Amino acid sequence: MKRKIYMAAGANTISMGTGRKEFNPRKERPGLEHYISTAGQASLAQISNPELIDEVYVGNFMAGRFNRQGHLGGFAATINPTLEYKPSMRVEGACGSGGLALISAIRSVLSETSSVALALGVEVQNTVKAIYGADILATAGWSKKRKEGHAYFFPGQFSDRAGVYYEKYGYDYARKGMGRWFRNAIDNARLDPTAQEYHNDTADLEEAYHQAVPNGKFFVDHLNFFDCSKVSDGASAILVTSEEGLAQLGISKKDAVEVVGFAQLTRNITNDPPNPVEMTTVGKAAAKALEDAGITIDQVGTAEVHDCFSIAGILTVEALGLAAQGEGAAWVAEGNTARDGKLPINTTGGLIGWGHPTGATGVHQAVTIWQQLTGKAGAAQVSLNPERPYGLTINMGGDDVTVVAIVYKRAD
Amino acid sequence: MQYDERLQHVAVLGAAGKMGSGILLLTAVEMTDLSLKPENKNKTFVLNAIDLSDENLAGIMEYLRVQILKIAEKKVIWLRQMYADRADLTDNEDVIEQYIRDAMRIVRPTTAMEAAYRSRLIFEAVSENKDLKVKIFRQIDQHNPNDPWFFTNTSSVPINLIESEAGLNGRVLGFHFYNPPAIQKLVELIVTAKTRPDVRQFALDYAKGLKKVVVPSNDFAGFIGNGHFMRDALFGINKAMEIAAKRPLAEAVYLVNKVTQDYLVRPMGIFQLIDYVGIDVVQFIMKVMNPFLKDENLHSDLLDRMIEMGVKGGQLPSGAQKNGFLKYEKGAVVAVFNPDSNTYVDVAGFAADCDAWLGAMPAEWKPWKSAIRLSDKDAHFASWFAALKDTAGNGAALAMAYGKNSDAIGRKLVADGVAHSEGDVNTVMLTGFFHAYGPVNTYFV
Repeated sequence: MKRKIYMAAGANTISMGTGRKEFNPRKERPGLEHYISTAGQASLAQISNPELIDEVYVGNFMAGRFNRQGHLGGFAATINPTLEYKPSMRVEGACGSGGLALISAIRSVLSETSSVALALGVEVQNTVKAIYGADILATAGWSKKRKEGHAYFFPGQFSDRAGVYYEKYGYDYARKGMGRWFRNAIDNARLDPTAQEYHNDTADLEEAYHQAVPNGKFFVDHLNFFDCSKVSDGASAILVTSEEGLAQLGISKKDAVEVVGFAQLTRNITNDPPNPVEMTTVGKAAAKALEDAGITIDQVGTAEVHDCFSIAGILTVEALGLAAQGEGAAWVAEGNTARDGKLPINTTGGLIGWGHPTGATGVHQAVTIWQQLTGKAGAAQVSLNPERPYGLTINMGGDDVTVVAIVYKRAD
Repeated sequence: MQYDERLQHVAVLGAAGKMGSGILLLTAVEMTDLSLKPENKNKTFVLNAIDLSDENLAGIMEYLRVQILKIAEKKVIWLRQMYADRADLTDNEDVIEQYIRDAMRIVRPTTAMEAAYRSRLIFEAVSENKDLKVKIFRQIDQHNPNDPWFFTNTSSVPINLIESEAGLNGRVLGFHFYNPPAIQKLVELIVTAKTRPDVRQFALDYAKGLKKVVVPSNDFAGFIGNGHFMRDALFGINKAMEIAAKRPLAEAVYLVNKVTQDYLVRPMGIFQLIDYVGIDVVQFIMKVMNPFLKDENLHSDLLDRMIEMGVKGGQLPSGAQKNGFLKYEKGAVVAVFNPDSNTYVDVAGFAADCDAWLGAMPAEWKPWKSAIRLSDKDAHFASWFAALKDTAGNGAALAMAYGKNSDAIGRKLVADGVAHSEGDVNTVMLTGFFHAYGPVNTYFV
């Protein structure tokens, strides 16, 4: 890195949707405006001088259709009046939009265009029924493939991947790992009051998971609902700063993380994934970010990965080189990714447990890593192995098309 | 004529009514699904929605659109397969909208009975008047060259009388939906001695297409469902009259309603059920059934009195419950009608006193809502009614008497040859009336 980059003052709204006790699909709910201002103001409440913020990046996937609202950059000043007449723009890369907001802020600070940038991600998806939400989310794939795709397009894509994985490595073997992935997600979400599955009180999660046998007549062939991330309304925000910016904000280094490496890669959207049981772009982006940071995966103490589906979680474990191809399910089933395991992953629940407000997810991942590395994760706090001081986030858009990987460490 | 062909040209009579609109919806969906099959793509399907009221027909078209949308949303995976060859339909929303258009194109609302003259299948859901049904059927049959089949939704008129008086000779049967047809899973199927086997087979196939549970009932006034309900209701009314010898009638109605709902663990008390069906409808069905019954008088002076005072129950077009024996606010019972003063008496004023008269309920009690979800319902009800039997108090005694009578009604329906088996009686009450246990049981011995 040419210049030291930090993140601090992270904030999340609740991830709202089915699972939360206060969620009632029949009642009117707060919209985009509420989520943007709530997350943004919660971040700004942690600094005394918001006028120091130079610019704003809003990560969002499809407000144009979920909320009939484009032009999200225009909402920056609703967070704080000092943001008016400053640069603000929305960035989009499907479910990787939040990661793109982070990357944009990092690049801007790196290039010395700004000292402090606010990266905010937001999505409000419970405005339409799931069956129409599936149409909207399908635009993260190539439109020419929509017709031949499943009614639930993305579950269909990852169901196909899971089907090949079952065929190659065994159904029961794979489901065991995926069921454990689900259990970890809910166990962790129960420790974070903002998580969508915070109220989940199912006694035996893995039993519930295995009872719900995938049925293509009602959903997709190879996944059940527990294999899927949530439909969520939510926003997350975090400040990206230079060293001077951090000092000017009066934020102590013990309250910040340093960004030590990052990568953003994009695969050709018009092609099918080169290998259905491999997250190729995730693997390449993670390797590049780790190389950029000058570390290996063995030095990473906690990671947030893009488990839009449990099978994506398993394949990401393999793409990161934590387990060989076909061995990810076993590695997860053995508890290595649990909060007390070798490498705790998705410690506030990930996309399956915390929720997946698509455009916000990448930023939420950064907030979780910031919380964990600075000891601010509350009940969800994991104890980090001092030998492995690094954090890693993997945010993905589409079916392994846009990937943002970022490596962090404590700033002090 | 194959199933699909028979369903190519259909008429629903009374299509804008409470039952007719549900039958229209289900039939429209079944016909639309058939029309999407590759072998039917070039055939025209016609469903005449015939009713007397232009206004109601306009309303029913909007009802259909909304309901078909909901149905389409639930089967979008199948719809995408059916429209796979339509390159212009890519999103779920596209195929759902196309399905609605395809369904609405089939339905032809009209006030002209002549539209049924070309139909191959006639569903009848007009009012419960035998002479009216006979007149309409005869008229259509005389002008229709297709030898149409007639399915009547009557819940009380013997089918063989309709058949002989309209001269239909084996081409009619009773296809009795429960209210509301779109939701209730039960259909009572009533054939006559002459009903043709192919008509009966078609009815079974059609019920299967609609995913209904068919219970055959013999052709006896009231069939199984009303055969049980009307007698059960009359028992409740008479019990209330007995209690009313010593207490105000409003309190007696409250007591019997509470015992039948809570102690007998039913979805609603007997007076609420009478209100739900409509006091006028109950009175009418009793009147239709009574001439056919031996050694029984299915008649209530109290019902006559309520109707004379203009208190009818039933539902508003919105589905909200109208006041009858009971007064409702947001679905909850708040007052009971007192015919002597022509006013409603607030429940709050006498509930505590009445509940004390009933006595304490055993601890085993579970409300209907949770009892119906139990995996071992038999064991629960066996222990609940055993506990009730050992309980002193007027409530427990009334519940036991009521349960015994309900059981006897069920057994009589089998003995009289109305139902083929006790199992069929129980299926009707479990499926059509949402009871948590069948009336024919061993709980009240």
